[in-house]
Amino acid sequence: MSMAAPALTAIAAIEKSPGYWAGVMRRFRRDPVAMAALIIVLALVLMAIFAPFVAPADPYRSSMIRRLRPIGTPGFPLGTDELGRDMLSRLIHGARLSLLMGVTPVFIAFFVGSAIGITAGFVGGKVNTVLMRTIDVFFAFPSVLLAIALSGALGAGIFNGLLSLTIVFVPPIARIAESVTTAVRKIEYIEAARASGASAFRIVRIHVLGNVIGPIFVYATGLISVSLILASGLSFLGLGVKPPEPEWGLMLNTLRNAIYVQPWVAALPGLMIFITSISFNLLSDGLRSAMDIKA
Amino acid sequence: MTMPLVEMKDVTVRFHGARTVHAVNGVNLALMPGETLSILGESGSGKSVTLKTLLRLLPENRTEIGGEVRVAGTDVLSLDGRALANHRGGVVSMIFQDPMLALDPVYTIGDQIAEAVMRHEGISRQAGLARALDMLTRVRIPSPERRMKAYPHEMSGGMRQRAMIALALACRPKLLLADEPTTALDATVQIQILLLLRELQREFGMAMIFVTHDIGVAVEVSDRIAVMYAGEFVETGTVQQIIREPRHPYTKGLLAANLHGAVKGERLDAIPGAPPALETRPVACSFAPRCPVRAESCETGRPPVATFDPGRMVRCIHAVEPAMAAG
Repeated sequence: MSMAAPALTAIAAIEKSPGYWAGVMRRFRRDPVAMAALIIVLALVLMAIFAPFVAPADPYRSSMIRRLRPIGTPGFPLGTDELGRDMLSRLIHGARLSLLMGVTPVFIAFFVGSAIGITAGFVGGKVNTVLMRTIDVFFAFPSVLLAIALSGALGAGIFNGLLSLTIVFVPPIARIAESVTTAVRKIEYIEAARASGASAFRIVRIHVLGNVIGPIFVYATGLISVSLILASGLSFLGLGVKPPEPEWGLMLNTLRNAIYVQPWVAALPGLMIFITSISFNLLSDGLRSAMDIKA
Repeated sequence: MTMPLVEMKDVTVRFHGARTVHAVNGVNLALMPGETLSILGESGSGKSVTLKTLLRLLPENRTEIGGEVRVAGTDVLSLDGRALANHRGGVVSMIFQDPMLALDPVYTIGDQIAEAVMRHEGISRQAGLARALDMLTRVRIPSPERRMKAYPHEMSGGMRQRAMIALALACRPKLLLADEPTTALDATVQIQILLLLRELQREFGMAMIFVTHDIGVAVEVSDRIAVMYAGEFVETGTVQQIIREPRHPYTKGLLAANLHGAVKGERLDAIPGAPPALETRPVACSFAPRCPVRAESCETGRPPVATFDPGRMVRCIHAVEPAMAAG
């Protein structure tokens, strides 16, 4: 599964059959939409990491005399918010918390949900019934409502927001993991592995995990966009990040009174959420088609 | 006289669940090292179940296995944990019908073989890969170095089956089980695989049990044939005996149901009816409902087992009248 692309000479490329991941990379690179999405996501991540160096101004410094300046104001290319803070700097710094709130819950839920789903799918029987029916209870609530209820119960704050979003994303991932594992478990190579003396743990670690982790991962990347929106929603409702931290959902909330004065400025955080969310979605779609061997 | 490698004594397999299925009803079998036996029968006759019993591959919680199964002196039914893992793949190995499904799609052929060898023999990855290359050469895969890094979907059906044979034989098993290994292949590739299996069997000195519904395949590879019907052997004997003087009406029916001598426009000689459902253990001759020469006693009691010499057995009241032709 190595991707030793730099060392590959033309002759070696002919002789060596390309590996699975090399094939995925090749197909992904040919997909212009997915590549564009990847570049945007990478740019957003870099922007978040290097926010203090990229941002032209201090995102917390407010000024009563230059509140709600329009886009294009000299010194404030994207205007200022209701407290006179530089919008560009706040949007750049906002990427940090927004991405963190969007990606972390899905990341944690990916591990927890996969563990639950693969266990249920591989062991089957009563274990499956108990685990999956418990998971089904969570599906009784709409995800937005569940996130709001959990955050409300736990109290506002970044950590509680992350926790409640993680809980929201465990059930769908577990369900996908369970269905993929159940399908894989019945394929003959699992029996062939048993016939060659592999222990149950080894079969799960090597043959089940190897075959299910791709589809689960692709599904999870598709959840990032939902998570971003839910996280912003929680902040918008005052259940996530607290002021004065820059976060896109929270900015959308605090700027909503300015919608009649500076509609374009007020819409900017929403635009950022939109771009980020759709980029993750397109990235996920691209991954899905690139990882499909039969294609 | 050497000890038989495989000994099955009165083996019964029952599946419990929504309904009970008596899949195997009293199978007796002795196989010498280096010998090849074909189990011949139609779908649902219990061929594959008999095979999987030797590896204890049947789902533990729903399966009840009775009788005695010994391979190379070990009681297979009492094995567990480490000993069972060593038995599977180390002593007894299996190849499957469809190599596309039986090879893991996300690992290269070389990695899969190396993985199995590393696990069984505790050798390094380097040595495992060396063994994998050696095995691919032995199964005569063209340009084995390149195929080491190939994924199953990048190979042809025949090559995949060769790779699966390499995987099964990598740990030098004493017994190879083959569950219809050529059914999924083209006729031209089938014969290549059968010849390869025979050569490898001689080379490694292992015994083979071949499960098939194709008499041609059975004749091609085996020393002996056991004809299975409704979970029991109805006739066993050498290939010669089965082909030249079949004594059970079912065997005769199978031999008649081939395309040799078929006339265009006329129906083929098929055996009428279907096998029984096996929800209860048979109390009469299971074949009686489809039998052209049944007598009253066939439907009221179990047919007698006629044993002529070790390895030659017929489960039929007509066993002693070899000249009688099937309807």
